[in-house]
Amino acid sequence: MEILELYNYWVFAILLMIGFYAVTAKLNLVKKLIGLSLFQSAVFLLYISMGPVEGGTAPIFHADVTGRVFSNPLPSVLILTAIVVGISTLALGLAIIVRIKEAYDSVEENEIRELDRQ
Amino acid sequence: MTVFTVFFIIFLLTLMVITALAIVQTKNLFAAAMLSGIFSLMSAMIFFLLDAADVALTEAAVGAGISTVLFLGALALTAENERAGTAGRAAALAVVTVITAVLVYATFDMPRLGDPNAPAQLHVAPWYLEKTPEYIDVPNVVTAVLASFRGYDTLGETFVVFTAGIGVLFLLGKAPVGQPKVSPAMTFAGKTGLRHYQIPRVVGRLLIPFILLFALYVQFHGDYSPGGGFQAGVIVAASVVLYALLEGEEQARQALPAWLLRLMAATGPLIYGFTGVACMLLGGNFLDYSVLAHDPVHGQHYGILVIEAGVGVTVTGVLISIFHSFAARGAK
Repeated sequence: MEILELYNYWVFAILLMIGFYAVTAKLNLVKKLIGLSLFQSAVFLLYISMGPVEGGTAPIFHADVTGRVFSNPLPSVLILTAIVVGISTLALGLAIIVRIKEAYDSVEENEIRELDRQ
Repeated sequence: MTVFTVFFIIFLLTLMVITALAIVQTKNLFAAAMLSGIFSLMSAMIFFLLDAADVALTEAAVGAGISTVLFLGALALTAENERAGTAGRAAALAVVTVITAVLVYATFDMPRLGDPNAPAQLHVAPWYLEKTPEYIDVPNVVTAVLASFRGYDTLGETFVVFTAGIGVLFLLGKAPVGQPKVSPAMTFAGKTGLRHYQIPRVVGRLLIPFILLFALYVQFHGDYSPGGGFQAGVIVAASVVLYALLEGEEQARQALPAWLLRLMAATGPLIYGFTGVACMLLGGNFLDYSVLAHDPVHGQHYGILVIEAGVGVTVTGVLISIFHSFAARGAK
């Protein structure tokens, strides 16, 4: 049981690196963006894992839960903003990829480099 | 946290790792986009189990909903399959393995899950939990911190959404130079949608009013329960996307014309900013809502209501505009 309490952080490390691998090693630009969103999700998981307190509940005051322990609201606030910024950058990135496709007729990094050299 | 919850979290996290591996492995980008939607839904469940209900709602609406739609829209305009694969695979794998090992080694210094004495629980978090009933008096502390204590950050976030909308409209708003390419799938979807399929159409049309009602609930009940302007905006955008899928892109465009969406996108930051200026004119600091009413706590309530409405309007306008930019690109 003791060892399982760090499981969240291990999954964070693995997901972060799966995303990083997709961003660096994959040549398809859409795949890179999917990798970037995996990377982001890993960071969300890291922050949210710091929120809960033993025996606590979501930080919403309610008549039934007076005198209870509440979990930390601050990671939630940070990650809410991060999700919003994430979808904004994702939309912009995809729009740029669509324009690249129209200019080069390809979304593979090696083919685009090849066309640039000519 | 019960033993059952812990095991469920471990099960979901393992499933997320498997899904992530499948996303990286598959050559079919359509499958990768769908899998990333599933991945987001699972992370939303994890967030809910980890007491972050607001984040769970947002992740479910954004990750499983809107971002999957955006990926599909972009895939229809680019390519459905990966061609080249990977470059420098051995080097990348070596780097990734080393960093994973270092990160896992570092986790042994992390506080265990739910530790009440973790540094994150001891610094400013108790202050927010203690002072929110006194200063703001809304039950949802996340909303109170987001909209009032840290109102500047949310103003910045609104501007980020607005800027992204402008960027996408700049990049995709105009028709492509030269001969416009016609994508058959998108043209079909653009003209008729799923009008020939009775069951999705009937069910979808029944669902849309309830989705909109739920969005209004999330918008205006955000002080009392998980939710707020951003989540509501995403849900409204999702219902419009559903309408566009059922009735065709053109119909959705007629229901909510482009000029209205752009106006909405610009109105949100203006509402937010002017609320701040109004606070200054009434003798307070920028975005200090306490001066908006005779009773400071009531002022806070009004301020949060107004700025959440601003956020909701912007997010709705920007996300639907972005969806239309992608969808109309292929249909021309």
